[in-house]
Amino acid sequence: MLINQFLLLGAALFALGVYGVLTRRNAVMVLLSVELMLAAVNINFVAFDRLIGDELAGGQIFALFIIAVAAAEVGIGLAIILLIFRNRRSANVDELDLLKL
Amino acid sequence: MDVGDWVSTPQNWVFLVIALPMLFAGFKVVQTSNVVHAVLYLVGTLGGSAALFILLGAEFVAWTVVLVYIGAVIVLFLFGIMITRAPLGFDVTLSHPVRIRVAAAVVAFVLFALVGGAMLAEFENQTIPEAADATRTVEIGLSIFDRFVIPFEVVSVVLLAALIGGIVLARRDPAEEEEAGVVR
Repeated sequence: MLINQFLLLGAALFALGVYGVLTRRNAVMVLLSVELMLAAVNINFVAFDRLIGDELAGGQIFALFIIAVAAAEVGIGLAIILLIFRNRRSANVDELDLLKL
Repeated sequence: MDVGDWVSTPQNWVFLVIALPMLFAGFKVVQTSNVVHAVLYLVGTLGGSAALFILLGAEFVAWTVVLVYIGAVIVLFLFGIMITRAPLGFDVTLSHPVRIRVAAAVVAFVLFALVGGAMLAEFENQTIPEAADATRTVEIGLSIFDRFVIPFEVVSVVLLAALIGGIVLARRDPAEEEEAGVVR
């Protein structure tokens, strides 16, 4: 297996995630696209881990840490979106323009 | 490794069978107009990544993805969608108008071309060595609790902070409710 096939798949998924973050209006959907980007990064980490043949399995452990931090991020992110929805009756990111004059 | 070698390796066909549906599902995640469908397509992408991890011999990571992502995060997302009362059916206002979408597609494509081009130039023909055996869970456990023990502790503090922060953010303030005259 070439390393590049995994890296290109990761790059494609990451680009799709960027596209989603830029185009989605609903904040929950933006978080969903961020998850897509994190999944792409995990593929790269594990592929590089197997390429190097790390004895400590550093790439896999880093992927595990990313999964843990992503779970925390989703929990906090959804709590914040919930709070915004409670105050503004809307979870659309383009309607959250209180900082704009 | 030339094309003939690549085609005659069974793992590469398994990779294609996993990767192409993953890309399709990833595209549907950012493109579909139905929130619940988007979350379910994300299950497809994450399941595909778990399958790729097994193909690479990283079994513990694969099952962690299944348990944490598909088991917990997806359920959390579905709750989030239902609580914020996102329109559950078909909704064309879920994405920005076409003008912004075209610009975003250009940005995403340029990013992909840059990253992909750099990787093709750097890692031309490097192949992942045939795994004699998969990484065993005991190796990962020994590594985490030996070399990576401090990052592990830091991650556990992060999770605790997220737990407390989530509760503080999501609960209603009792003083505010009293002012508003909410009877419980």
